Amino acid sequence: MTRVGWLAVAALAVLLSLPAVLSSYALSVFIFIFFYGFLGQAWNIVGGYAGQLSIGHAAFVGVGAYTAAMLARDVGLTPWLGMLVGGAVAAILGGLIGYLGFRFGLRGFYFALLTVAVAEIARIVTANMEATGGALGLYITFTGDPWQLQFSSNRPHYYIALALMLGATAVAAGLERRRFGVYLAAIREDETASEALGVDSFKYKMMAIVLSAFLTGMGGTFYAFYFLSLQPNTVFGIPLSVEITLRAIVGGSGTLLGPLLGSFLLTPLAELSRAYFSTGRWTGVHLIAYGLLLIVVVLFLPQGVYPYLRRVLNSGGPS
Amino acid sequence: MATLLEVERLSKRFGGLQAVKDLSFTVAEGEIVALIGPNGAGKTTAFALVSGFLAPDEGEIRFRGRSIVGRTPHEVCALGIARTFQIVRPFPRLSVLHNVMVGALLRHPDVAAARARAQAVLDEVGLGSKRDHPARGLTLAERKRLELARALATEPTLLLLDEVMAGLTATETERLVELIRAINRRAVAILLIEHVMRAVMTVSQRVVVLGGGQLIAAGPPAQIVNDPGVIEAYLGDGRVGAPQG
Repeated sequence: MTRVGWLAVAALAVLLSLPAVLSSYALSVFIFIFFYGFLGQAWNIVGGYAGQLSIGHAAFVGVGAYTAAMLARDVGLTPWLGMLVGGAVAAILGGLIGYLGFRFGLRGFYFALLTVAVAEIARIVTANMEATGGALGLYITFTGDPWQLQFSSNRPHYYIALALMLGATAVAAGLERRRFGVYLAAIREDETASEALGVDSFKYKMMAIVLSAFLTGMGGTFYAFYFLSLQPNTVFGIPLSVEITLRAIVGGSGTLLGPLLGSFLLTPLAELSRAYFSTGRWTGVHLIAYGLLLIVVVLFLPQGVYPYLRRVLNSGGPS
Repeated sequence: MATLLEVERLSKRFGGLQAVKDLSFTVAEGEIVALIGPNGAGKTTAFALVSGFLAPDEGEIRFRGRSIVGRTPHEVCALGIARTFQIVRPFPRLSVLHNVMVGALLRHPDVAAARARAQAVLDEVGLGSKRDHPARGLTLAERKRLELARALATEPTLLLLDEVMAGLTATETERLVELIRAINRRAVAILLIEHVMRAVMTVSQRVVVLGGGQLIAAGPPAQIVNDPGVIEAYLGDGRVGAPQG
């Protein structure tokens, strides 16, 4: 096994045993890390491997969150199943965005703009619909019932978030080893050349965005039943889309562990600066810290942190 | 020999420019045909039309007797026509082996099988030792061979080569001609655009000459070099008021 492989095994053992020693607050930070790592990994499938820059992934989070929350409220469907329905509805939305973008050949920034536009439309529509609770949003009554994806302690959510993150990573690992993954990389590198080699780029990009949206929608359900409140501006907002995208890009988009590493770096940073600077005259300092970090990464590690780290680890020293 | 590719009265116009006009030619199974002509004669446009990257305004393209007009590039490739690009387009950050695997996956969906196939193709084109290098680090000659290897990995029955010898040294050209012959011996028909005349004359069985988007002449190399129309297209007609030949 490579050194990276051993490190991953050790890290997993540590993560599995952390709830035994950590405080409830510390656990909640880890839940955030896993949750954003999961979303970053889901984004990575279409944004990283396939190279189709989406800055509208919040749309899928929002759709997944509202779908499961409304199904639980109106028909009593357990969020354990609602999660899959939320993922499916998000996947349909992903398919729609993909069809519009890929059928009409939108690439790069034009595709990015399309994803932002769809997320914004979803936000505005949700904020103005009675069924979704309008701009005030939707609140889920706390019952502590595991069947309702609610628990009286943080630990179950910790393990669920960890499972989501590892599950998405397993999906990405499987994809890397299959034709699908090789084709996505080829499309990312040069779509025209990949077409000339028999790659149906439209089909594979569609598969990538649908899969990515499905996973992201599942994440939305987790969000809804962890926070128990949903506001259109939060779950459909551009800031959330940026948070997701940043983690994958800073960590290393199109790599297996990049989005996770990005989340381990950025999430605690965001959490700490929010905790210390969120009041009084220091409001927004965490955004400055974010911006600086992004500049550093783009300047010195344009491929992200993980590819650099992997080189260092595999060579036994900085190359 | 049976006809593999039939191009019939093909026309393509870009705004005011008639890039290809009324072009007809054929390629037989297992044949090597060179497509030559001065710059701007419409050779690369003809390639783009045959490979599905451009749609013709008029005309018909038949491959193994069936029309392929309106097929997308990946469908054309799946039918058995693979092309290279004049300006090579490697996947820069992927390894050389990975580059060729993309082509091999078309007929070998299993990644392990595709990897083995890609390795075999790399060995054949002489890039085996570079397999783990990222493609962006290759020299021009190596990139040209990589371009050829990727197309070859799709296991075509017709290979379209767009100036694979341009910019190569005499020795490199020599080796590439040998390689093209070896590929052809496996019953792969080859249509090549080429400016390197020595290569065209030695490797091709027939030559199709374009000028201004139209067919000027077609025939065996020996006959083509003496064709007055061809000489005029390349060198211009120096004799004022001379009768048109």
